[in-house]
Amino acid sequence: MIEVDRVGRSFTVGRRRARTTVHAVRDLSFTVEAGEFVGYLGPNGAGKSTTIKMLTGILAPTSGRIQVAGLDPTRRRTALARRIGVVFGQRTTLWWDLPLRDSFTLVRHLYKVDRVVFHRRLEELSDLLGLAEFMNTPVRQLSLGQRMRGDITAALLHDPAVLVLDEPTIGLDVVSKAAMREFLRLLNADRGTTVLLTTHDLGDIEKLCRRVMVIDHGSLTFDGTLDDLRATAPGEDSIEDVVARLYTGGSTPL
Amino acid sequence: MRKSPQHPQEAVFLLYARIAGYGFRRHSAYRAAALAGAFTNTVFGVLRAYILIALWEARPGLGGYDITDAVTFCFLSQAFIGPMQVFGGGLELSGRVRTGNIAVDLLRPASLQLWSLADDLGRAAYLFLLRSLPPTAIGAALFGIIVPADPMTWISFTAGFALGVIVSFGWRYLVALSACWVVDDRGTQSLSLVMTFFFSGMVLPLHLFPGWLGALAEVLPWSAMVQVPADLYLGKRDVLDALGFQAAWAAALLALGALVTLAARRKVVIQGG
Amino acid sequence: MIRTYLLLAWTWLRASAQYPGPMITMAIGSFTVNALDVAAIWVIFEHTRSLAGFGLAEVMFLYGTAGLSFALSDMLFGNVDRLSQHIKAGTFDTMLIRPVSAFVQMAVDRFGVHRLGRAAQATVVLAIALSRLDLPWSRVWMIPLMVLCGIVIFTAIFTLGGALQFLLTDAPEVANAFTYGGGTLTQYPLSVYGDELVRGVTFVVPLAFVNWQPGLFVLDRPDPIGLPYWFRFAGPLAALGLTAVAVLAWRAGIRRYRSTGS
Repeated sequence: MIEVDRVGRSFTVGRRRARTTVHAVRDLSFTVEAGEFVGYLGPNGAGKSTTIKMLTGILAPTSGRIQVAGLDPTRRRTALARRIGVVFGQRTTLWWDLPLRDSFTLVRHLYKVDRVVFHRRLEELSDLLGLAEFMNTPVRQLSLGQRMRGDITAALLHDPAVLVLDEPTIGLDVVSKAAMREFLRLLNADRGTTVLLTTHDLGDIEKLCRRVMVIDHGSLTFDGTLDDLRATAPGEDSIEDVVARLYTGGSTPL
Repeated sequence: MRKSPQHPQEAVFLLYARIAGYGFRRHSAYRAAALAGAFTNTVFGVLRAYILIALWEARPGLGGYDITDAVTFCFLSQAFIGPMQVFGGGLELSGRVRTGNIAVDLLRPASLQLWSLADDLGRAAYLFLLRSLPPTAIGAALFGIIVPADPMTWISFTAGFALGVIVSFGWRYLVALSACWVVDDRGTQSLSLVMTFFFSGMVLPLHLFPGWLGALAEVLPWSAMVQVPADLYLGKRDVLDALGFQAAWAAALLALGALVTLAARRKVVIQGG
Repeated sequence: MIRTYLLLAWTWLRASAQYPGPMITMAIGSFTVNALDVAAIWVIFEHTRSLAGFGLAEVMFLYGTAGLSFALSDMLFGNVDRLSQHIKAGTFDTMLIRPVSAFVQMAVDRFGVHRLGRAAQATVVLAIALSRLDLPWSRVWMIPLMVLCGIVIFTAIFTLGGALQFLLTDAPEVANAFTYGGGTLTQYPLSVYGDELVRGVTFVVPLAFVNWQPGLFVLDRPDPIGLPYWFRFAGPLAALGLTAVAVLAWRAGIRRYRSTGS
């Protein structure tokens, strides 16, 4: 479903003589099969967001090849957009000044979703995520938890095969987090949607992901199951300590 | 190690001088935007100049100006756009009222109005350098403008320029604070823009306004922002009369602003984000 | 694409119709602000019968046609020049995730009919001008065509202004010099401006074909700088040419954005 083959992404920063090249991502390779639920970890600045941008077609890789849902994100951006859903935790994909309901209508028109299908899907998601009480509230007045639920709904209205989430639980309270995790779990288990989740919250990883990838300084330093992850630092008790070890241990790229 | 100031007034003065300096530095971070503004001001200056030339060719000596006066007026008014913020804005205040952060400002021990004024003067100084000088220089190169020989003219112009900035601040401050009482400030901003633009002399020199409109324009504060300083530069107006007019409006607007600040302190309608 | 635009525009309209107050005040505001330009023309003609060889009615005609083209173009596509704001807020990325061209999304973003206030004002001025000019039908037919070409030309300029902001993200105001500058320039007969400027807006940025060249035909006036007669009918050609340039510039801008990041 997602194929990343020796992908690199570099940026030239600075002006004139102070120009340097920053390698946000180097020689990154991984494959995600359909129906998987993969966690994507890494310290800040590791290259997670850059990877997401390349997977969704916002940014083109400087080297290597990417295929998502069988399409090249750089060349087939609009075709790919119909097959994936994206949620950015730190900014919304909804329209700020409009009531939530209108955002969904706009999404429907943008994705050309059939009206009957759309209403059914919206009702389904609205029930699961409890949107009814703030459907008519402008997005800018929503709480963070409400906004996130709205964002997820907007990302799923067109029934994509792949869902990519960039830090979706950031800033959420315990109850909202639990609700969101349960929703995502069901989405993957029942509908078979492939999910790629980047997060700093290791609770997300523990509760949801069978497979974890860790990126650091642009390269993949770990790719395996949750048990494999714990095995990298058998002396540590909590998953936080295990991952912290991985971040600071100066581990070699795969 | 500097000696601490002798008098409390000196300390206060230094405080506001420092704020003005910060205002200058803060705006110097937006160099590209300021230069873009200078570019746009130049383009519009050229367009307006041609129109005024065409008019003055049809009616030489109109309104007491000759063609070069008119062209000079045109580029002077374009030069004033930055420092006098003819299109509004320039005050952080409006944004802070909208978000409700204004409450923090109103609780500070320093005067909000003087604070904002000092900051605005810093802004005006920076924009003078980056947005006033380039269009004037280009206007001079393309069309030729009047450069006063008499040093007294330059002195009175400098005073007029400073007073123009202060009058502009006084007005914008009132408009910004009015948002504490008016829920959607887009209407007041829009109205302010229309009044300022039309009655400052930006559209056409106010001398051209016929009858009652002309008389009205002479009295309103906005002429103090553009028309009066320009006339001081061109030597078309009695110095004391002009500076007196500006100072009167500056004092009136600042006094009104102080009253409004007091009222705002008492009643702040906080608009949630 | 058109269907998507219309559906999106309709959604925006319905949303803003829930707050009729601001919609009306903005329309009135836009009518008034642009009335300033008309007031300037009126004041000018209080002092002279002709400006660079053109009388009040003729100037009103030129103002009206250009104003109408500009207002409609601004309403339909003007928001494209807010690209810099979207890039800085990160909302442009949000548009790239969607299966619709970024251009359509930018153009329809915050679609509102308050700019119709300006269009209405231009129409009023045009109507007054036409009533005073008494033009023969053999020339009047050009008017709808010239307004249409004007819309296309201004749209292309808005697009170019937007594309420029891919490069000058920190200095978006530069685009205003061309978009709003173009709008201001065409309010007056080009005989007001210097020869080099007129040649510039005929051959480089074809603003002359918004209302001036076709207007010379409608008003049956000679060209002050002596350009060939067929130029008066070259509006559609200029519009198409500029559109092609605009499309290329926009595509190049997006390509650059996606390959260098923001």
